[in-house]
Amino acid sequence: MKLLRLAPENTKFDFMRLRRVSYPMSAILSIVAVLLFFFVGMNFGIDFSGGTQVELRAKSGAADIAALRSTGESLGLGAIEVQRAGADTDAVMRVGIQPGGEAAQQNAIGKMRQAFGDNYEFRQVDAVGPRVSGELVQKGTLGIVVSIVAVLTYLWFRFEWQFAVGAIIGTMHDLLLTVGFFCVTQLEFNTTSIAAILTIVGYSLNETVVVLDRIREVMRKYKRLSTAEIVNMSINAVLPRTIMTATTVFLALLALFFLGGHVIRSFSAAMIWGIFVATYSSIFICSPILIYLGVRADVFDKESASEAERAPAAKAKG
Amino acid sequence: MLRLAPWKVASILTVIVLAVLLVVPSFLGAGVAERLEKALPSFLPVRPIVLGLDLQGGASLLWEVDSAALTRAQVNALRDDVRGKLREGHISISGGIAVQPRGVQVRIADAAERAKALADLQSLNLPISSALIGTAGHTLDIAETGDGAVTLTLTDAAINDKIHRAVTQSIEVLNRRLNDKGTKEINIQQQGVDRILVEVPGLQDTTKVKDLVGTTANLEFRLVADPGDPPSDFDNLPQQQGGQLPVQKHVMVAGEDLTDAQPGFDQNNEPDVNFRFNLRGGQRFGQVTAENVGRPFAIVLDGKVISAPRILGPITGGSGQITGNFTVEEANNLAILLRAGALPAKLTVVEERTVGPGLGQDSIDAGKRAAIVGGILVVCYMLATYGIFGVFADLALAVHILFIFASMALLGATLTLPGIAGVVFTIGMAVDSNVLIYERIREEAHMGRSIISALDAGFKRAFATIIDSNVTMFVAATILYLFGSGPVRGFAVSLGLGILTSVVTAVTMTRMMIALWYRYKRPTRLPI
Repeated sequence: MKLLRLAPENTKFDFMRLRRVSYPMSAILSIVAVLLFFFVGMNFGIDFSGGTQVELRAKSGAADIAALRSTGESLGLGAIEVQRAGADTDAVMRVGIQPGGEAAQQNAIGKMRQAFGDNYEFRQVDAVGPRVSGELVQKGTLGIVVSIVAVLTYLWFRFEWQFAVGAIIGTMHDLLLTVGFFCVTQLEFNTTSIAAILTIVGYSLNETVVVLDRIREVMRKYKRLSTAEIVNMSINAVLPRTIMTATTVFLALLALFFLGGHVIRSFSAAMIWGIFVATYSSIFICSPILIYLGVRADVFDKESASEAERAPAAKAKG
Repeated sequence: MLRLAPWKVASILTVIVLAVLLVVPSFLGAGVAERLEKALPSFLPVRPIVLGLDLQGGASLLWEVDSAALTRAQVNALRDDVRGKLREGHISISGGIAVQPRGVQVRIADAAERAKALADLQSLNLPISSALIGTAGHTLDIAETGDGAVTLTLTDAAINDKIHRAVTQSIEVLNRRLNDKGTKEINIQQQGVDRILVEVPGLQDTTKVKDLVGTTANLEFRLVADPGDPPSDFDNLPQQQGGQLPVQKHVMVAGEDLTDAQPGFDQNNEPDVNFRFNLRGGQRFGQVTAENVGRPFAIVLDGKVISAPRILGPITGGSGQITGNFTVEEANNLAILLRAGALPAKLTVVEERTVGPGLGQDSIDAGKRAAIVGGILVVCYMLATYGIFGVFADLALAVHILFIFASMALLGATLTLPGIAGVVFTIGMAVDSNVLIYERIREEAHMGRSIISALDAGFKRAFATIIDSNVTMFVAATILYLFGSGPVRGFAVSLGLGILTSVVTAVTMTRMMIALWYRYKRPTRLPI
């Protein structure tokens, strides 16, 4: 049986040379992402901005967006946003936080139910008060920070500090580009998006760890090679696996994006983007940093001298 | 590599059979689940996986206890206690008792009296015991703050203890109110320090629940004020039918002395609520009504006068009726509220989410479709890439999915829409361990190792990487669980469980299958 190979085998790409392209490019993209975040901003969902959001389905015919908007505006709930959601029959309506404390948010729902209840089915109602939305922002940010710290602590124990530095720069890069992705696409940013970001962080580190694991192994084996050669050799060795895994995850996410329904579409889109960015950064960002940080095989000497000695010379053909 | 202990194979197969049993109730409907439950030994939990509200439809309301009001009440109680103590000890103070946000302050000019007061007031300082950490401190900080002032400040522990007890008590009251008929369908649980989450499956219109939860239901029987009463002795309370009524501050009998309340109809066939006092309440009520025949008294609920009937004669039977132009529904609700007792503090909604049954079902269908199509894509891709080894990986993948759902059923975890997304994601991610192993095997074979030694080295070398790379994912999932809320937690659960099961299935099951394959096939070249 002829088997499918997406990744060419025994490749000898000079990935390290590409860092002269990838570093400036990533640096620019990261800066653009930060600028976008501050000057364009993300489309925060009501989880974080607070307010009331309802999803409506017309009881007959298509949802009349214009009529919904004009009726909605007459309710006196401030600026109102109306959008089609998925099917023709569906619309999403959103109003901001109502002045007057927590009870005012409840009032908004009541008014909407009264105004649209006859012609529309309320498929989903979310009302998030000012206090809860503030806490969700806090918790989300804290979650991301804590997860990065926790994983880096683990890496620091398992690897040398240079590797952890490489991993953190790669992870920050992925994080920034994902934020940029949300700014550019204006996909709704909500609590599921935080889940997507944390998963991307997990995936990015997973990719990085696989590459770093191999670099460490090769480094112990071939002490005379330069760091660039070692990193190149390692990345080439794990390349088939990197491509394989990125593809399987991509396939699963593709199904989720197209078939999983509009509720989690923004989540799936962010994850698909994250898989690409994480794969890219593990190869082109994390590993080349080791060259700058001057990781040499000697760093392993104290801990694994005996292991290195046992590495048989016969295997030194690559 | 090739040595395969029969007990290992047997235990893997046993675990798979158990997992199938765990998962069956979730996918075959309630009827089959019931029959299974009878047929199987009782240590096996036969219960379907719990669906989150975003999938089954329903309402979730997050309530917050008014902790500021609780603290205010605590400070007022402290002021009364201090006044009592000082009076008891005949200690004269200059000026009144000053109420501060978290305590009270008194000025005692005479040093000897001040020392005596400090000692006396010390008896108000009670130890706080907590079930978790034993004694957690005291309720008060008592200090001389110069210039003859003595300040009593409530400690954080005292304030938190009060809030904690209010939340616990509120949950009990809400359980009686909402799960009135004994069905435990409505989930009521504490969230954070001062919040209570109420989840009602299947509910769309939350108005009734909000009425039932948002009412403190503090019932009081008080006399209507005489025209001659001094203004400091009565409150002007709003009446239900409009207008205000001066009502004495003194409470004759309070709602806590009620033992029962039932909706009914009065002689004019208007809905009313019949209540019954306990012994103490009955005696008090009998005594006061006997002394005040001819005067009107007010039935006050949460500071609002529901009705103010005239006392026609002593009411000694320990029971009575409340009439107040109720609808049948209102009478019903009031009866439930009175039976369940008053909330210790007012609750306000800070977050409300409802999902209609239509959207829930759509989400289930969409999730199922995505999972099936995603699964098929990954399975085919693995087959196309690795041939017979792809079959092994796919079998391991099937068991992995089985294990996720089985462990969810076992742990009673809730499956949400992001949870389904998590399962789909781990379908893509689970084969990673297989890929790591297979690619390593290929590499080792390319370096000139024999098949058996390449297989062995592949498993051995890939293992460390598999653990390292999955730990990072697992840490991310754990933190997401700790910091996430609602449906997002469902994602963290399926991601975390998925990582654990995928490592187990990819490593043990694939190893087993490859070993069996090698033993029976005796291949001469590696098929990947």
